[in-house]
Amino acid sequence: MSSTSLTTGRAWRPTVPRRHVPVLATLALLLVMYGIGVSQYRAFSDIQVVFNVFIDNGFLLVVAVGMTFVILTGGIDLSVGSVVAMTAMVSASLLQDGLPAALVLVIALLIGPTLGLLMGCAIHFFDIQPFIVTLAGMFFARGMCTFISDASIPITDGFWTTMSQERVGNPGGNFVSISVLIVFVVVLVAAYVLAYTRFGRNVYAIGGNSQSALLMGLPVGRTRIAVYTVSGLCSAIGGILLSFYTLSGAPLIAVGMELDVIAAVVIGGTVLTGGSGYVFGTVLGVLVLGVIQTLITFDGSLNSWWTKIVIGGLLFTFILLQRLIGIRFK
Amino acid sequence: MTGSRPVLSMTGISKSFPGVRALHNVDFRLFPGEVHALMGENGAGKSTLIKALTGVYGIDEGVITLAGEQVAFSGPMQAAAAGVSTVYQEVNLCTNLSVAENIFIGREPRRLGAVRWGEVRRRAQALLARLDLDIDVSAPLGSYSLAVQQTVAIARAIDVRARVLILDEPTSSLDAREVAHLFRIMRQLRDEGIATLFVTHFLDQVYEIADRITVLRNGTLVGEYRTEELPQLSLVEKMIGKELDVLERLDEQPKRPVTAQSAGTPLVAASELGRKGAVAPFSLRVHAGEVVGLAGLLGSGRTEVARLLFGADRADNGQVAVDGSRAALRAPVQAIDRGIGFCSENRRAEGIVPELSVRENMILAMQAARGWARPIPRRRQDELVEKYVKALSIRPADPDLPVRNLSGGNQQKVLLARWLITEPRLLILDEPTRGIDIGAKAEIQKLVVELSDGGMAVLFISAELEEVLRLSHRVAVMRDRTMVAQLDNDENLDADRVMQTIAGGTQRGEVNR
Amino acid sequence: MSTVADRLRPMTGHRLFWPALVLVLMIVANTIYRPGFLSIEVKDGHLYGTPIDILRLSAPLILVALGMTLVIATGGIDLSVGSLCAISGAVACLYISKAPDQNSISTVFTALALALGAALVLGVWNGVLVAVIGIQPIIATLILMVAGRGLAQLITEGQIITINSGPYRAIGLGHFLTLPLAIFIALAAALLVAAFTRRTALGLIVESVGGNAGASRLAGIRSGRVIFLVYVVSAACAAVAGFMMTANVSSADGNAAGLWVELDAILAVVIGGTSLAGGRFSLSGTILGALIIQTLTTTVYAMNISPQTSLLFKAVVVIAVCLVQSPAFRATLSRRRNRPMPEPASPQREKEQVPA
Repeated sequence: MSSTSLTTGRAWRPTVPRRHVPVLATLALLLVMYGIGVSQYRAFSDIQVVFNVFIDNGFLLVVAVGMTFVILTGGIDLSVGSVVAMTAMVSASLLQDGLPAALVLVIALLIGPTLGLLMGCAIHFFDIQPFIVTLAGMFFARGMCTFISDASIPITDGFWTTMSQERVGNPGGNFVSISVLIVFVVVLVAAYVLAYTRFGRNVYAIGGNSQSALLMGLPVGRTRIAVYTVSGLCSAIGGILLSFYTLSGAPLIAVGMELDVIAAVVIGGTVLTGGSGYVFGTVLGVLVLGVIQTLITFDGSLNSWWTKIVIGGLLFTFILLQRLIGIRFK
Repeated sequence: MTGSRPVLSMTGISKSFPGVRALHNVDFRLFPGEVHALMGENGAGKSTLIKALTGVYGIDEGVITLAGEQVAFSGPMQAAAAGVSTVYQEVNLCTNLSVAENIFIGREPRRLGAVRWGEVRRRAQALLARLDLDIDVSAPLGSYSLAVQQTVAIARAIDVRARVLILDEPTSSLDAREVAHLFRIMRQLRDEGIATLFVTHFLDQVYEIADRITVLRNGTLVGEYRTEELPQLSLVEKMIGKELDVLERLDEQPKRPVTAQSAGTPLVAASELGRKGAVAPFSLRVHAGEVVGLAGLLGSGRTEVARLLFGADRADNGQVAVDGSRAALRAPVQAIDRGIGFCSENRRAEGIVPELSVRENMILAMQAARGWARPIPRRRQDELVEKYVKALSIRPADPDLPVRNLSGGNQQKVLLARWLITEPRLLILDEPTRGIDIGAKAEIQKLVVELSDGGMAVLFISAELEEVLRLSHRVAVMRDRTMVAQLDNDENLDADRVMQTIAGGTQRGEVNR
Repeated sequence: MSTVADRLRPMTGHRLFWPALVLVLMIVANTIYRPGFLSIEVKDGHLYGTPIDILRLSAPLILVALGMTLVIATGGIDLSVGSLCAISGAVACLYISKAPDQNSISTVFTALALALGAALVLGVWNGVLVAVIGIQPIIATLILMVAGRGLAQLITEGQIITINSGPYRAIGLGHFLTLPLAIFIALAAALLVAAFTRRTALGLIVESVGGNAGASRLAGIRSGRVIFLVYVVSAACAAVAGFMMTANVSSADGNAAGLWVELDAILAVVIGGTSLAGGRFSLSGTILGALIIQTLTTTVYAMNISPQTSLLFKAVVVIAVCLVQSPAFRATLSRRRNRPMPEPASPQREKEQVPA
């Protein structure tokens, strides 16, 4: 300490910046898992397998992107699964009532952010823990689902069925759904916002040290409310995508999804105390979950519950990894 | 340069908090191109004045003008926008962001809403070069030393075209070389016409860098002086003021005799005890009934010595013997078992448990020693608590009040009681009298004398030399995280000699505080 | 108005005032809506009635919430309790279903011991992650929350294990002294935890660790041990609750048993006035909180609303209770009431973020 010099006092830095280690570890894991899949099952090497991972997990990815914003500020949003379900329910119910598809889309996309805005306000203005506020939001949204209908509502609207069945593909027969394209747009926009806009940088600053952020004159309150609104918006988009995927609104769909989402974000290298992480990592985290599921499906002898056990194990490994490379934990 | 008009003037500033008048009719002026030291004891109103200036607090009375215009900032942000920037002691930046981003966040150069990172890095590099710092600006701020972080904070401050730069105790955690670098920057900024308000506890630094000095005492203005016209001794007198009389009266007590206490097996003996980055290996013996003072500047390693002896930090060198037999002090529990108690200087973070009652806070250490399975019977608790509430005159004398409702001095007494209840053989007191009123201070000093007369060994750490000299049989002196001397407190020892030792004999008679 | 308010202040200041008021209001509303709400009748020597049902059904939640209270008091949180309920129920039911005589007392006790042992091992896992490795509690227990569900399903092999064991069913549905046995089990657990924390110094030590971990360490408290212990206790409570839940339906469903009970338990603790930041805790408050949640659920059932929709009401109650307890909200209210008051100097509201 006493020998610190100002010009040479730089702390030890490996050639790979430490904050990139978790993301790189996730990437390595993903490649290893994919390699295992390809070596074990012939059908796995079909590029369509990768596309299917995106098709099946697109809505999860969108929601995880929103969650990344919240977790980067050091908060948490437990309401996402319920908001996804509620958005799907509202869309299905309004379509059943004969409202035009465009209007339904607008309404459905407004509900999530509004709830997020309200939750953000409760967290910021009344100083209640995000955990509790978003738990209430989760209860509210899930309650609304069954309030709308106890049973699942099918969607027959032309626009929805088109979105569901339209395939975008190459002549080789590989394809993705339109939803996947929407997911890509959301991911790119989110990555741009976090890296290149003041709002995005404020998100990182608040997660690093909200007290400092306040003293540096950053709009802490506004940003904090905004991330919950963003998360609400992403959940709403996720809900729409889910309704494209299932062509229905079911009151009990996406129960417990918030856990998968949080797990994906953490496995993607975002630190739960905030301030460190990337959207790209979250994409990798969701892909890891998707590939695990695909592997387990391919295996056939393994049952679905192994997914949860493996996710738990991965969570443990990555949290330990973050601890070992000394990323700050509270 | 001081002949020109002041860039900042505060006139007739008053500010009260419930029950306390923090500032009363204070005037303060700051001219362009000067370094102006704001001096005063703890509680004199320095930080309140700064917070009133930057809009953290609203003021009750008075006028603040900046460059001739009356201003009333709503907060540090608005103040910074108007050219009044503050750099705090604990650097208030985000360590997870890059150096460059920390300088520019909130006002990054943008094109069509997108941050121009190349431009940000280029400008950061240029700005830091101006401050004589050449580092990788894209690395996270947290990977650099505190001194670098502070320079980055200054860079952020001056980039908003600051006219007034407030440096609030910037040097307290820097070593000599880093301080020299900081002063070079300050001189350069002075030459560029920036007015700097400098708050520090180190008198020698004031005389090295400051052009003028404003002294506050008990929330009122004592005066504004040119540095060369104010001898160091007068400055101390003006800062301490009337308290000097009280202290002089206390000083009339006879010196603590250096007696046979220091013979025989020491109660606690540290040999070559040390910890990398905290304190260089030192040897120290403390005998029963002896008060050993630990003197040195802030950050000289005083607290680190105490923490090693208490097992709060783990030593990586040397060993400790208690009663002549080797003791492994790897955790506080083990030190407590051996009869050592430790009152931390950091009362809020490491002392009280704010929510718990006075009673619970008092019995905590004793209860911890007994283990959870053997609770202290309620009647015994009442006896103990009543005894110490009375003995230390803790007010209010309601043992069931949450301790956070008590004043700082009374909280300190509760902590003392916590340790006295355990009847330690060695009590380590780290700055037990800091930030408390003079009455409580005198009571605590009296208590230390009584305890040592009763056979308890005390390691007494204080930034106030007079206090150390008044109470100690022996004084160990710290400098630059090294124990440089142990002096018997006989008639030959006075504050001057201790100061010379602290200063390393090269600088003459420089005092801290 | 103000004189009434002044007179009520000592009462409204009590930490149990608001939760108690909410419970009383709910009971009153129920009684008005359905006059028979409070009636209790004797059938076959057993007491029946809505209040008894509420007590019986809230027993598992009370158990889980008791353990959760201790965890939260140390400044932690235990998200894994729901999964632990499922695991312990699954282990017990699996053992009983494989036994030759499902009604044998010794079989049931062996099953309970095995299941409790399994839960304790998982509690130790949580405790090690938090107290030894030093991982944030919310993350550490999230691992088992996710993986534990999988483990429970692994044990039941994805099936619902149905058993036909009288002694086991008695845990959930049996009677003792005219009252459901579950009430006594919950009561016994509450008394045990209360005795453990308040008759010894454990409560003080837990509150001290939660209130200021650094100061506690310097006062000689081995906080690691205490933190470790509370996670084990929480797991044990969850295990017993898991027995009750599975005994109620005489079957173990790895997927559904104890689903979301961690959230209800955290709610019960918060409603009961224990701060999520740690420190002072109130066991009686927690029990009140659990009763409020169960009364709410029962009320909504009685109104013929689907149980899922009852979540809507739960959301309202959560927000109401949290707002009432939030100092920031109270400050806003009182500022609005006495308009001409000068704006207080901007308070330090950015306190340290509790890991949410």
